[in-house]
Amino acid sequence: MIINEQCSIVSQREIADNIYELILRGELSSQMNEPGQFVHVKIASGYDPLLRRPISIANIDRENHEFTLIYRKDGRGTAILSSKKTSETVDILGPLGHGFPIEETNAGETVLLVGGGIGVPPLYELSKQLVKKGVNVLHVLGFQNEAVVFYEDKFKSLGSTYVTTTDGSYGTKGFVTDVIKELSFDTIYSCGPTAMLKAVEAEYASHKKVYVSLEERMGCGIGACFACVCHTADDPSGFSYKKVCTDGPVFKAGEVVL
Amino acid sequence: MNHLEIQLPGLHLKNPVMPASGCFGFGREFGGLYNLSDLGAIMIKATTAEPRFGNPTPRVAETAAGMLNAIGLQNPGLDGVMNKELPWLEQFNVPIIANVAGSTEEDYVEVAKRISTAANVHALELNISCPNVKTGGIAFGTIPEVAKSLTKKVKEVSAVPVYVKLSPNVTNIVEMAKAVEAGGADGLTMINTLLGMRLDLKTAKPILANKSGGLSGPAIKPVAIRMIHDVSQQVNIPIIGMGGIETAEDVIEFFYAGASAIAVGTANFVDPFVCPKIIKDLPELLDQLGFDHISECTGRSWK
Repeated sequence: MIINEQCSIVSQREIADNIYELILRGELSSQMNEPGQFVHVKIASGYDPLLRRPISIANIDRENHEFTLIYRKDGRGTAILSSKKTSETVDILGPLGHGFPIEETNAGETVLLVGGGIGVPPLYELSKQLVKKGVNVLHVLGFQNEAVVFYEDKFKSLGSTYVTTTDGSYGTKGFVTDVIKELSFDTIYSCGPTAMLKAVEAEYASHKKVYVSLEERMGCGIGACFACVCHTADDPSGFSYKKVCTDGPVFKAGEVVL
Repeated sequence: MNHLEIQLPGLHLKNPVMPASGCFGFGREFGGLYNLSDLGAIMIKATTAEPRFGNPTPRVAETAAGMLNAIGLQNPGLDGVMNKELPWLEQFNVPIIANVAGSTEEDYVEVAKRISTAANVHALELNISCPNVKTGGIAFGTIPEVAKSLTKKVKEVSAVPVYVKLSPNVTNIVEMAKAVEAGGADGLTMINTLLGMRLDLKTAKPILANKSGGLSGPAIKPVAIRMIHDVSQQVNIPIIGMGGIETAEDVIEFFYAGASAIAVGTANFVDPFVCPKIIKDLPELLDQLGFDHISECTGRSWK
């Protein structure tokens, strides 16, 4: 069920350059289960910014009624959000969308989680749930440079973790795809820039199970405004479509046009 | 006593609050959040004769106190709306206002003729003001004689009253209103979005793939109020007002300007529960202001 709630800030800290970890407390955490879902955040009351911001759920802690959002301070809205302090509240609508299908993976299988930049956060909750299920988890996380790397230790505690940076300032120099070809696995779950998702899909969708989480500008986040539609792969120039907010944000590779 | 019940051509509204076309899809998403029977009416997303995918993304861009959209009338087409969307809406006790769009007069006539026969469609809203389609739409909404002729043709075939949605992107809105009234319109809905554009700081190019889009939200409320104020004094048909409404106070302001009912657009995207909230807040606000019925507010700015 989708709930609108004023959630209180448990903590907020900058965990890497302009990357913020925001822990919120609210009853809507009881509705959170699927990794890869997102919440729609009203940054401030009033008219500016007017629209909500979709931010993926990085961690669910139902026991304590808490959940974690990780976002990059990149514009007016996220700048205001980053200035909020503990005990203030944030207007949250959610949980929204369809996340990663963990039922597609069985205990004992090996899964590769591929994240790029600010697409990394939802993979953390996903990894936790897969590990709990008895799945072997490998992480390949790509970042621009050392200053924006985050959560490496947290991922390491769940499984082998490979970090790449575009400029080589940390981990392996290059892109996630450079590391992936050295690994063996059954399934890929991926979230990150479209170029990265395209590369992963092109290389592996034909012979592996691949799921990708998309990002798109959204209006309502609940499927009503038709801002975030994409063509389906079987009808790339026709009328068939999927909405990133409600049909996704996670799709099976090959389901929609990236 | 019911403070909110309103009678308009074709429409018996239990309250004057309805979601605006294009901001509510065909109701399914909101149907999971609250009982759609609580609404005065529903203005469904524009229907065209054939299915439309709409424009490439990005389709929305935020602005100060508003948003630009260039969805491009994405809809499943007349058959899809008739066979799937309208039957689904029949489970609710709420009149539907079907927004009709097209590129040619024939398109409009075809859609109006068939969709007006659906059991739950109690009125049509003629969309002559969408800024986001290449042909039709806006041309019908900016030339008085063209608008009048289209209204007349649609009136001839429609089984229900016809409201015409006016564009604010004209030099003389009163002239447009009078033209469609002369064409036989049973009512007006106003205003549609204002044409606008936003540029990206890094690329210097428009943010919207369509380049320009329609501005909506609280930013356009004063424009809507002024236009309804001017038009309502010059026509004898009712106006359903829209443009940046978010609260019960906004609703009363639209009534003062000259509206007889209102529609809520962009606010549904910010707070999906906004319509039931406004409906709940209105009776108390009317009490505070000393009105027995909301209809007493209509046109008070000039009466």
